[in-house]
This record gives sequence, C-alpha cells and structure tokens, in this order.
Amino acid sequence: MSDIDRDLPLLDDVATARDAGLARILTAASVDEVAAIDADLLGKKGSLALLKTRLGTLSTVDEKKAAGQALNAATQSVTEALATRRIDLARAERAVQLEQERLDLTEELTQPRRGHSHLVTQAWQRLEDVFIGLGFQVAEGPEVETDFYNFEALNMPRSHPARSGFDTLFTDYSGPLAEDGTVLLRTHTSPVQIRVMQTIEPPIYMVMPGRVFRRDTPDATHMPVFHQIEGLVIDRGITMAHLAGTIDAFTKAFFGGAFTSRLRPNYFPFTEPSAEFDIQRPDGSWIELGGCGMVHPNVLRAGGLDPEEWSGFAFGFGIDRMARERHGIDDIRDMYSNDIRFIEQF
Amino acid sequence: MKFVLSWLDDLAPGLAPAGVDPRPLAERMTALGLQVEEILHVGSTVDGVITARVLRTERHPDAAKVHRVWVDAGDGVERHVWCGAFNMAPGDVIPLATPGTTMPDGRAIEPRPILGIDSQGMLCSARELGLGDDHSGILILPPDTALGVPYGDALGLESEVVFDVDLTRNRPDCWGHLGAARDVAAHLGVALAPATPALVAAGDARSASVEIVAGDRCHRFTTLVLSGVRVTSSPDWMARRLAAAGMRSINNVVDVSNYVMLELNQPNHAYDLETLGGHGFRIRLAADGEQMTTLDGVVRTCTADDLLICDAHDVPIGIAGIMGGLDSEITDATTVVAVEIAAFEQTCITRSMNRLGLRSEASGRFERGVDPYGIDRAHARIVELLRLTCPELVVHAGSVDARSGALASADRSAQVRVSQVNRILGTSLDASTISSLIAPIGYATASVVAGPTGDVLTVALPSWRTDSHEEIDVVEEIARHHGYETIGLAVPNSTMHGRLSPVQLRRRQLREVLLGAGLSEAITASFLHEDDLAAVGLPADAIRITNPLQADEDVLRPTMRVGMLRAIAFNESHRRPGVQLFEIGHVYPPGDRSTELPPEYEGLSIALAGADARAAMALWREIAKAMGLGARVDQSRVPTGMHPTRSATLSLGKDVVGAVGEIHPDVCDAFAVSERVAWLELDLSRLLAVEPKIAQWRATSRFPSTDLDLAFVVPDGVAAEKVDKGIRQAAGSLLVDLSLFDVFRGTGIEPGSRSLAYRLRLQAADRTLTDVEVTAVKDKTVATVSKMGAVLRG
Repeated sequence: MSDIDRDLPLLDDVATARDAGLARILTAASVDEVAAIDADLLGKKGSLALLKTRLGTLSTVDEKKAAGQALNAATQSVTEALATRRIDLARAERAVQLEQERLDLTEELTQPRRGHSHLVTQAWQRLEDVFIGLGFQVAEGPEVETDFYNFEALNMPRSHPARSGFDTLFTDYSGPLAEDGTVLLRTHTSPVQIRVMQTIEPPIYMVMPGRVFRRDTPDATHMPVFHQIEGLVIDRGITMAHLAGTIDAFTKAFFGGAFTSRLRPNYFPFTEPSAEFDIQRPDGSWIELGGCGMVHPNVLRAGGLDPEEWSGFAFGFGIDRMARERHGIDDIRDMYSNDIRFIEQF
Repeated sequence: MKFVLSWLDDLAPGLAPAGVDPRPLAERMTALGLQVEEILHVGSTVDGVITARVLRTERHPDAAKVHRVWVDAGDGVERHVWCGAFNMAPGDVIPLATPGTTMPDGRAIEPRPILGIDSQGMLCSARELGLGDDHSGILILPPDTALGVPYGDALGLESEVVFDVDLTRNRPDCWGHLGAARDVAAHLGVALAPATPALVAAGDARSASVEIVAGDRCHRFTTLVLSGVRVTSSPDWMARRLAAAGMRSINNVVDVSNYVMLELNQPNHAYDLETLGGHGFRIRLAADGEQMTTLDGVVRTCTADDLLICDAHDVPIGIAGIMGGLDSEITDATTVVAVEIAAFEQTCITRSMNRLGLRSEASGRFERGVDPYGIDRAHARIVELLRLTCPELVVHAGSVDARSGALASADRSAQVRVSQVNRILGTSLDASTISSLIAPIGYATASVVAGPTGDVLTVALPSWRTDSHEEIDVVEEIARHHGYETIGLAVPNSTMHGRLSPVQLRRRQLREVLLGAGLSEAITASFLHEDDLAAVGLPADAIRITNPLQADEDVLRPTMRVGMLRAIAFNESHRRPGVQLFEIGHVYPPGDRSTELPPEYEGLSIALAGADARAAMALWREIAKAMGLGARVDQSRVPTGMHPTRSATLSLGKDVVGAVGEIHPDVCDAFAVSERVAWLELDLSRLLAVEPKIAQWRATSRFPSTDLDLAFVVPDGVAAEKVDKGIRQAAGSLLVDLSLFDVFRGTGIEPGSRSLAYRLRLQAADRTLTDVEVTAVKDKTVATVSKMGAVLRG
C-alpha cells in the first residue's frame, strides 16, 4: 500500500463494504437471497454505489484514481462471488427439485393403447410386402363370383370332374344377367387371374390375396372361410424355369436365405405342367406349401390372351396356415373366435 | 391307390426287388407326380408273438368278461393268460404275444394283473396281428402247427411293402399297377415284362350277345364265355396281394376279376351264363324312376341319365360302371361264365355316381377314364389267372366285341413343336431327346417334320391316357420325365415395379389409424341366419346359400353388425367388457338383382363397447381427418337398427356411405350385449376410391393472433354443426381456428337449450388486428348466430 492508500478513509470503507458483502454472499441460502444481496451491494442505492458518490469529495486526481480502482476491484470481486454463489445455489436447488421429483416408472396406470391387427391381416401384409419387393403388384376381386370366372374360364367346363373337388357353395342370386345356380362363393382366388387378364395388358406381375369359401366342416386345420394368395405372371418368354426361380426367390425372401424349394408334378385344371411346391427348412424337413404351374393355354384364351404370344405361370397357397404355423396355433378356429384374449397376444 | 411293390416288380422286373430299401423308389415316384403318402409293411410279423397250444380254460367267479387260459408254448411251461375271447378250446393252437411285445397298434404287452392274478401275455385276433379285419375271436392256427415258433413262420407269412399313393386326376392309368410300373420303369430305364399273349379260343362257339342301345354312353362292350370254371379259393399269393392292396379275397373267380382290375385298371364282371337272361346283354338308359336292387341289397331309383346293363330280356342286372345287380354274382355252382369288360363315357358315370351316392372301385376308375383298348389284354390276363385254379378252363370262340361310333380312335395323336416345349419349359431339348423321354410311356413319335419354328413331332397319345388330348398335355409328360428338378431356376426380367395401388395404400393407412386409436381387428362370420337380420333390425332380403353346410348359416351377410355384436357378447361373457373392435371385410347386399353379380362391397365396421355415440363421432372425425375423407353427417336420417336419437347417416352426394352413432338398445338386447355400443360403419369401396386432395401450403402469419371466446345458449333443435357453420361464415377470412370447448346443460340454462362455448382465433396475414376489427368480427358473429335462435351469454 502507498501512503495515499493508508491516508484515505474511503479506501477502508470500500474494503469493509466489500468484505461484508462477500461474507453475506458466502452465507446466502437461496437464489432469492443472492438477488437481494446483489441489490444491496450493486443496486442504485447499494453500498458500493453510495461509496462511489463519495469519489467526488476527494481532492487529488491520484486519490480519485486510487479510490476508483479500489471500487472497481471491489465491484468485480462482489459480482464474481455473486455469480458463483448463484450458480452453486441454483445447482443445489435443482438437485433438490430433481430428487423430489423422483418417479417409479414401473408404477404404470395406463395400458398401451394401440390395438392389434388380425393374424390373417398380418400374414397377408407380410406376404404382399415380400411380393412387392419381388416386383409384383396386388389385385383383388369379388368374393361372390360367377361360375364362368370360378370354373369355366379356368379350364373347368360344366362336366369337369375336378369341380367336385372344390365343395362349392352356391347362392340363390339370379336375375336377367345371372342365370340360376351360376352365382357362387369363389372357391379360390384364381377367378381374379381371369379378371386381371381381361383388364390389364401384359406384362402382368400380380399377386391376388383374398377370402375364399368351401363347403368344408370346420376343424382344427380347416375353415369353410379362409384366405389364399395367388400369383400370376404373364409376359413374353415366361418359362417353367421362371416359375421355379420365382418360387425360390419368394422362399428365400419370406422364410429366409437358408430355405430352399422344389417343384414336383401335380395336377390342376388351370395350369399345365402343374406342380406342387415344397419348402425345405434348414433342418432338412419339408413343408408342402401350395400349387403352381404354367398357365394353361385355355385359361390364357379365356382371359383374352393369345397363348402363342404370351406365356405365364401361376401359384397359390393359404394365408391362414402361414399365420398358424408362425405362431404355433393348434386350432385354426381360435383365429376366428374374435376372443380379445387371443387377439391381444399378437 | 395302394401299390404292392412285389406286384410292380412282376410287371417291371428289377423295379422294386424284395429286400431293397423302398424309400429311394418312393422318392422317385413322388418326383414323377405319384406322391407316396405312406410306406406300409403289410403282413409283417410282430416280433414276440409265438405259437402256443391251449391246455385248459377256466371261468373266474368274479370276472364276467374274461376267462383264464393256460397255454403251452412248446417249452412245457404252463403259462397263464387272461383272455376276453371264448372261441378257443383245449388243443387249439393260437398266437401268443409274450410280455415285452409291442403290437402293431403300439400297445405294449405287460404282465397285467386282473383280480390280482398276472397275465403272461395276450392271445391275438387276426386283426390285432395286422392279418385282416377279423376281430371276432382269437386266430386259430392249423392244429399241426409247431409250438413256440414265430406265428409268421408257422403261417408261412410273407410281408408285402405297399406304397399308398395320392393319385392326381390326370393319371387314370395309375389306377392299375401297370400304369405306375410303366411310368417308373421308363424313368429308371427298366423294361416292362411282356404282356399276356393274345387269347386263342379253343372251345366251340358260345356267345353272350351284346346290344348297345345307348351308343353315346357305352363305347365298347365285350363278352367272352369261359367254361370249366370251378369256384374255389385263390392261391395264397393272390389273396395276399389283394389284401395288401386293400381288397378281401372272396373266391378265385371274383379275386381274378379284382386282381385284373388292380393290375390293368380294367373293371370287369363275370356273370353266370346259365342264369343270364337270354344269354346276352342290352345296354340302355334307364327309364325315369326305374328301380333296381344293387348287390349291396339297396333298391336304387334311376333317372333317364343312368345307364343300365340289362340281360337280353331287358331286365336290369347292373348300373353300368357302378355296381352290379343283386343276383348278378356267380355262385359256388357256377361253371360257365360270361366275362364282360366295357368302356363307358366318363362324365355320365360321374353324374350317376354322384346322384346315386354310389362310389365303387369300378366307378372311381370309370370316372377317371379307363383304356378302351386295354380290354383284350385284360381278357387274356383273366384267362391266364383263372387257369391257375381251373385247369379245365375252356375259352370259347364267339367272343363279342360291340363298339359304338363314340368310341375314341385308337390312333389319337398330337402335334408337338420342339420350340413350344422349350418355350414353356425353359429347356433346350431337341426332337430326339424329347422322343426318347416319352416313348417308353407310350407317347411314340410317329414322325418329325421341320416346321417354320423348328421340328414338329407327331406323337401318339396312348389310349390309357384318356387325360391327354393336345400339345400342352405332352409338354407336361416331357417335363415330368425330363425331371422338374432339372428344369433350373431363372428370374423373370420384369419391367414392372412392385407396389400397392393407391386404394390398397389407403386401406393400410386406415388400419394404422384404427390400430393407433386402440382398436383391434376382428374377422366375423360371413354367413348368417335369417333371424339374425331381423335381430339387427334389417330387412330379410338377402342372398341365400342354396347348399349351406349348416342350415342356420345360409344367408350371406349384408352387414357386419351381427358378427361384431356376437364378438362383443362373447367377450363380455368372458369378463372382457369394453372391447373396441373393427373389421374390414366384404358385405353382400342383394341389390335389385339386375346386375351380373350382387353389389358386394368392402366395408369397415367399428364397435366400441361401453362407449357412446360421441366416441363414434370422434372416431369418424379422426378417420376423416387422417384419411382426407369427407361425408355429410345427417342425423335426420336414422340408419335402420341404430339408436333413433343418437345416430346419423353419413352421405356423399345422394349416396349413403356409412352410419355413425349407437346400436339400438333393442338390438343389443337381442344379442345379449349389456353394454352401450358405439358404432361406425363405412363403405370403403366408395370412400377409399376417392383420391384425397393433397394439402397445399399456406403461409403462417408472423403477426400476433387474438382469441375471442363466445358462449351461446342454443336451443337443442339447432345442431352445433349449424352454429359452427354460421360462425365460420360470419367471421370470414380472419378466422384461422374455431373450437367448441364447452357444452353445458343445467343451472342457469333453460331446459331445452344448452350453452355452446366457442373459441375463435383471429389473425391476419399482413398486420396486427386492431380492437375495432376484432369487435367487428364479434358483432357480426353474434348477429348471425342469434338469427338461429341462439343468445349470447353475458
């Protein structure tokens, strides 16, 4: 300290005010108290402000300078202490608040709100998505069908013995355009093939999912109302190798890369050559999945296409079974019970 | 069809040798389309079953249904068994299943005590040993049978391996062993055994005459007279093969008939010539209502579509291709038979079979198609086999072969283009490869000529392949014998892009909205009962199923309400009230029946159990907003079956596209639903077809907005919707948002009215609104709404 310092009472007052302020700041108990101290020290009528007014009473420039510097230093240290204290206190207060707000997140009073879609829909959409990925589009058709679309156009004329294998349900719908006994519940999704051929110019790459009906007594594996998905490809130069390749691509896309497929001869009136397709699981076991084949020339003709110009293949299988096997459901009837306890499981 | 392997091996020596693992052959057959469902070992002996002699039997006073039997199994040890059959006597030799034996049905034989007395095994019936159907008593073996030896050895049993094959409709030839043998032999490069040599008649001329009246239905009818017939039993091997193939041995004549049917797929019948009226046949259509008794003793009433085989006096003796008459069978006294083999039109057999509900071994074969030119070989084979038991057999000259003009040509053929074969199969086979693939199965290539697109083969269509008619049928045979597994894999070079259609995308979006709103998906019954319609308050007019599986499920649903209410009732009754369900599915109203098909459409139904009409309305608004749908809510038109004061029709123009509100309490009662049910149904075929408008961007104002709260007392008769519209109209373009935030009835509001409180948010795009502007909007709004009978609340 210089002589001047020692001789100036103002300097002492500044030091006293500063120290008193710092002491108060250190013991301030809340952010609000810090704000009050802030006003007391640095406000317009605060102690340091009042000391500042006394600068004018000093006589020499040196004195003014010395006192001014002391005041500034005091103000700065008080301001810093205030800020530090404010932050410390705010942290502590937030910490208390956070602790008080503690929640047990497992005290759940509300159940998930989202509903559950039907297993058939889930399987249906998964299948659609895989086929879309393979370049297919999706077509649909009526469930109440004419004999023509369900049978005749599919190379099953009136007397065809294969018709008896379908256990068809017939309706009483008739009128000027609907001959008695010719309107039925479609027994397969294949009528949509004909409708697609009649309305869309090839190339056709379509899958046709839908509800089908058979006069079948319900049991653990059969329902009179069930769902199929059917595929139809018509283009120039389509061969049976394309059928086998498409079935295999589907197998890998839907079931997994380690699954393989095979075709073996079978019979369907609407395809020739016809095949059954089997899927082999990675463990070597086989699943008989569905039927397929090259679209019969008569079916192409019924769809208005020239079999010499176009060729194609078709395949089809059950959707319900996909859901049943995926989820290990013993009895297919449970899928149609509309029991919310069943629906909510999936 | 059951194929006996030893039989197949007779027809194609080396095809299925005894003692060779049959599984590889089964796989080859399956790969050819003859799917082997099961491999059976028929007549295999059961290990642990030995022969024993009955020493004595004794009843036990406390056992009514069983008695005690002591037997000697040749080792001098007396064994005691309990037995439930009483057909044995001391001295009889019987099969004894010793403890530790596993019976063919899986039963394990254990010393099982009855009344505290152990049984040292079980005496067996024929059926228990897999030796046939006889379960009437214990199998009694010949008295001189050695004791203590396996019963199979004692009986000289030989087991047969049998393939149970699921035959497809395009393989009529495989209803005889020869067909399968031919197919598999060709595939494996094995030669067929030579056919039976053609018949040589040795006896004098004796005929059974034939008159085909219905030539379009009976294509060929042949008779051959044989004398020196002696009715006796068949050789063991034949009886065994018949049994293995699933037929019972009757006597040598019937057995030969069946054997030839199973071997050559030629149903045939032997008549006693002496008792055959007029010694001849007449094949004609039945008269409507004509009756005859078939050999199963049932009186059948025929129609003019049934074909009858009559004797020469026109007395019916059989329904053609289906079943013989009651007295048509030979007897033990028969010595002269007329063997008849015929070919009939396939579809009429099918119709008769279905109409009469009569399915027989013969009718099933005729339905699928038998070879009209395999008849001669069958006659020769019958004679050959019958000679084994009838050494005196005489084949008489004078056989009759009547043919009608409808008989298919023996020389059917098809033109097969090599280019077409490869175009369909994706192969690059040449004419000679194709020929060699199918020649062994009877598709012989007669000629190959060069056509504009390459070689064209003229290929014979074998008479036994009645399913084969045209080029594509031959392509399939080529594919089968080339091997489906060798065709290879290719992926089409598609120019198409996989995607869902806009409607399908919207349907998926709708499902997401519904799931997000907490609804779960149901699939309810498509078939209803007539009473269900009345129960949901709908008219009885509906499409019926004419041949329903259940009499009470004969109506096609015109609504999903029945199924949904049943689902709610079911869940309610299982302590799950309050279920929130939706269903997306087709419904089938009958329409006016003027169209080719009924006006079926895809509908959405939503049922919220325990919720009221407001919940249904809120859901409709949510769906409409999410999907960009619009429809008029018209509460003046109450949909049938719905709550009269809480429901509205949804309409688009003049068309009804839905209903919203609550199910009528009467309807809930009818389905035993105790909860209130909020209901929403939409015609998705209509609503999803409308492409929603794509929202266009509008700048949000950067100037402050002002809220104006207005509460009106509005008479109940004035719909809030109307007030809403009035406010929008009056407030004009400054109104950026309008919400109804409170509805109040009660203290301070006169009955018959309610208070509707609205918040109007006003904002201009280019300026801060002044008090004057806000007041102007308020005044205009109040004036407009007041005209509806509403009063601004102070």
